[in-house]
Amino acid sequence: MSRYFKAEITENISLNKDYSLLTFHPLTSSIDPGPGQFYMIGCVSDGGGSPESPAFKYVYDPLLKRPFSLFRRTDKGFQVLYRIRGKGTAIIRDMRKGAVVDVLGPLGNSYPMPPENKTALVVAGGLGIASVFYLAEKIAGSGGSAHIHYGARTETDLLMVEDLRTIAGTLNISTDDGSCGEQGCVTDMLGDFLAQNQTAAAAGVIYACGPHRMLEAVSVIAKERGIEAYISAEERMACGIGACLGCVIKTVNGYKRVCKEGPVFRAEEIVW
Amino acid sequence: MNLSVDIGKLKLNNPVMTASGTFGYGEEYSEFVDLDRLGAVVVKGLSLQPREGNPPPRIIETPAGMLNAIGLQNIGIGRFVKEKLPFLRRFGTKVIVNFFGDSIEEYSEAARRLSGEEGIHGLEMNISCPNKEAGWCIFGTDPRVTFEVVSAVRKVTDLTLIVKLSPNVTDIATMARAAEEAGADALSLINTITGMAIDAFTRKPKLGNITGGLSGPAVKPVALRMVWEVHKAVKVPIVGMGGIMNAQDAIEFFIAGATAVAVGTANFVKPAAIGDIINGIERFMTDNAVPDVKELIGSLIT
Repeated sequence: MSRYFKAEITENISLNKDYSLLTFHPLTSSIDPGPGQFYMIGCVSDGGGSPESPAFKYVYDPLLKRPFSLFRRTDKGFQVLYRIRGKGTAIIRDMRKGAVVDVLGPLGNSYPMPPENKTALVVAGGLGIASVFYLAEKIAGSGGSAHIHYGARTETDLLMVEDLRTIAGTLNISTDDGSCGEQGCVTDMLGDFLAQNQTAAAAGVIYACGPHRMLEAVSVIAKERGIEAYISAEERMACGIGACLGCVIKTVNGYKRVCKEGPVFRAEEIVW
Repeated sequence: MNLSVDIGKLKLNNPVMTASGTFGYGEEYSEFVDLDRLGAVVVKGLSLQPREGNPPPRIIETPAGMLNAIGLQNIGIGRFVKEKLPFLRRFGTKVIVNFFGDSIEEYSEAARRLSGEEGIHGLEMNISCPNKEAGWCIFGTDPRVTFEVVSAVRKVTDLTLIVKLSPNVTDIATMARAAEEAGADALSLINTITGMAIDAFTRKPKLGNITGGLSGPAVKPVALRMVWEVHKAVKVPIVGMGGIMNAQDAIEFFIAGATAVAVGTANFVKPAAIGDIINGIERFMTDNAVPDVKELIGSLIT
């Protein structure tokens, strides 16, 4: 079992012009991932199912693997949800079923599951949903249920909502422009929810992933109400395994590596 | 087939080592690479005191390369010796410690402390890291200062001393000669080339430190040229590096004049890269009837 393997793409679905959902199946035995962990996927593919393709040896642009949160697991393999942002993700979007890619993972730490007497309060902003979906699914699978607060800029940035509905205890949606759900910030929605549900607030654990400012707002709310909170951080990285020291985030104990000590941190640990 | 080479007093089983800063302290990669298979492990650069490093973002990819501005973050020599060196001692591979300082005194003191430790076989002196304030850069860009700092370190250590040269100079051969005259046993080159990346939409630099060091395949032609120039200028062995991604790249460095090579950015791209490169060198030698890797060194036909 290795964390470095070749995988076959079993599905690569375009959700809309900006987002896609990739499913890959390891060609050799791999390690079971936890919720919140991530994979680094090479932007080079052989084009059609040959792990020995010279492409892996001679194509150096794009160079580095790209990190993607584990979205969920299906019988077809591991899924990552991604936004087409640059050269690397554009190339990955165009990879077809049957193509073989280089994968490193699962990497980083996981969200700790909520204790039995606690309720999960999940907060996702934009593509942050990719990091928390599997956690919510695991919680649902173990008989619990998560209150999910999901915000995005506009309706087309809300992803996999129908799938989310099947695993959420409650699902509250907001958009910046009001095109779907409440108009406003997901963190305001979280604040309102906590004000109206004192029991959930008292026995809650917050799990959040999204833009930096959203995570900062979540950590302020958590601190004010004395709720335990975990956030998943994002930073540019090269190696993914703690060697290059490229992906650091400032914490109260100095810089920490997002790929190694993270991506999940206790919210109070981060210097915002 | 003979792959062994000598770098100063060091006898390496094969001429492939890791480039400092790209392989952590060895432990990070031991899951993907058999450390005993390596010619040497060169660890992340150390200073007397721990360093916090630069604010993020520290990494940005550029065409066929990457810029980094880590800012010499490290745990300090004390913690390295206590927490990391015991792991490396478990392997037969040679351990070369990269180090740096802010002053000649700090360089000497760091070299002195490292020289007394069991399990450290050689030192690589970083006089060329481009990420610090301009004032510090002169160790690697002014040949008189290079001579002075290397001479000072030479006085305090008997370990094999490799001086890592900066490519950010007008004439690399002058720098190489200064380090050789000061007593360096070997030279390693190139360190990263200073560069920057800008976001056209926000008009902001993409790195927290504004500038960073370019590495990866993009720098290989520059590195080969500099190895070739230095090979013509000095007698001490050269550790060549800069964008080595596969065995053929490594062979090209030997031909340009390198006695050994170091693999850096490739480790980030493929964590098993360095093992593949060693295997590939052996295959190349078999396929091309090269019984001894030393035959390749400086064999450029012009």
